[in-house]
Amino acid sequence: MPRAEPSRYMPKPTPETAPFWEGTRAGELRLQRCDYCSHVYFPPRPFCPKCSGRTVSWFNASGRGSLYSYIISHRPMPGFTPPYSIAVVELDEGPRMMTNIVECPQTPDALQLDMPVEVVFLELSNEIHLPQFRPTQVSQ
Amino acid sequence: MKPNSVAIVGAAETTELGKIPNTSQLELHCDAALNAFADAGLKASDIDGVATAGEAATAVAYHLGITPTWVDGTSVGGCSFMLHVRHAAAAINEGLCNTVLITHGESGRSQVGRGAFRRGGGSHGGQFEVPYGVMGPPTLFTLPALRYMKTYGLREEELAMVAVVQREWAARNPRASYRDPITIADVLESRMIAYPFRKLMCCLVTDGGGALILTSAERARDFPTKPVYIVGTGESVETPMISQMEDFNTSKAFRVSGQKAFAEAGITHADVDHLMIYDAFAHLPLYGLEDLGFCDRGQAASFIWERNTAPGGKLPLNTNGGGLSYMHSGMYGMYALQESVRQLRGTAPAQVDGAQISIAHGVGGMFASSGTVILTNQEG
Repeated sequence: MPRAEPSRYMPKPTPETAPFWEGTRAGELRLQRCDYCSHVYFPPRPFCPKCSGRTVSWFNASGRGSLYSYIISHRPMPGFTPPYSIAVVELDEGPRMMTNIVECPQTPDALQLDMPVEVVFLELSNEIHLPQFRPTQVSQ
Repeated sequence: MKPNSVAIVGAAETTELGKIPNTSQLELHCDAALNAFADAGLKASDIDGVATAGEAATAVAYHLGITPTWVDGTSVGGCSFMLHVRHAAAAINEGLCNTVLITHGESGRSQVGRGAFRRGGGSHGGQFEVPYGVMGPPTLFTLPALRYMKTYGLREEELAMVAVVQREWAARNPRASYRDPITIADVLESRMIAYPFRKLMCCLVTDGGGALILTSAERARDFPTKPVYIVGTGESVETPMISQMEDFNTSKAFRVSGQKAFAEAGITHADVDHLMIYDAFAHLPLYGLEDLGFCDRGQAASFIWERNTAPGGKLPLNTNGGGLSYMHSGMYGMYALQESVRQLRGTAPAQVDGAQISIAHGVGGMFASSGTVILTNQEG
């Protein structure tokens, strides 16, 4: 797994999001589903934002999705080498999340909207493994 | 609110705009407030309501010497002042106060006396957006645009045209930061900031402020300037995380706020003589024109391309030059309101002849929130 430069900004898990970050440490992308109405949502919270039910369950998502939109940042940023993509992917399970598209040229030609992507993890620290996405690899 | 029951009787910006390195942020609020007092012929002791964002309402009230009976510190980003107008109108109608001061001041460029402005690591944004290398609005607010471009076939040249037309308006405004004409080629050759956004598609970063004074329509007749009446207002929020917007082709907060304001005012789009749409980036007027119902989905770019919003067009838009060319301190909504008031008083540098109804539509955060204010110079 790639390791990030130490200068990078570090997210701080809360009690409500800890299972998500535990998941990424285990190489899993975890989402939540409402036990009542089956709504799948992100980011994590201990209740369903659709029906307000308090009984929700974590599950392992497929880690697959498609590229919904992005920008390519040309601005300096600690821990990043411009130009780099900041993207939003739509997961196959429905929710969208912000990410970077990695392992491909950071160009409009290489980053086509709606192209399939799959999750990979970047080790920011022992605690934080950040989900990123790359173009889906055709299986050999 | 009840249309035409409350009016703006004082309106002013800071004495200077642009680069003001010798003035702290709180003093920008107060400079604007003192200018608004002069405009309305009032002093601090005449004010009994205070609303502000960016600084605490307590600080603004204390610093100016106001003892309010009503306070509103609603802070939902750059459109907060549209919400303050809405809340103040309700408060005045309810008898909670008689004369409200709304202030904005921001040392956006010089950063003098300004508090830190960053989302904490434990917030949702801090965990699920900031780690991806976002660097403020240029890398966040711009994110939906590529999706919109694919959905509607919007071309980069059309996005550039938004900035070109607004520079035409700015050229007519002596207080605008940038006044020299630009071409589509100039925009598309300017430095890349966050593809597909180039420098001239992004707003300025400047220092400045503005203030408004509101009172009941009955009392408004006794003031030195022509009253500008509030006829319709709206507000809403969607999400503090742009990645979680429902649809990157449209803003839910814009739609909800706009529909509420139109319903309250009881007007149609054809009644509108002048429009301000908060333009932190060049795509915002496109979303605004469509979400407010002035254009069908995907049609706003050609509406601008065909010069409908340009000088001489049928729907003058962002006539001060906008955030792209006039000024943008960070919370630009106040300047959109100020230009609407100037247009309805007949005192705008690029005056729209006979303007009777103006709309100031604001955004807060990155499509996080919205406020809409419909104004008129006609008594109800």
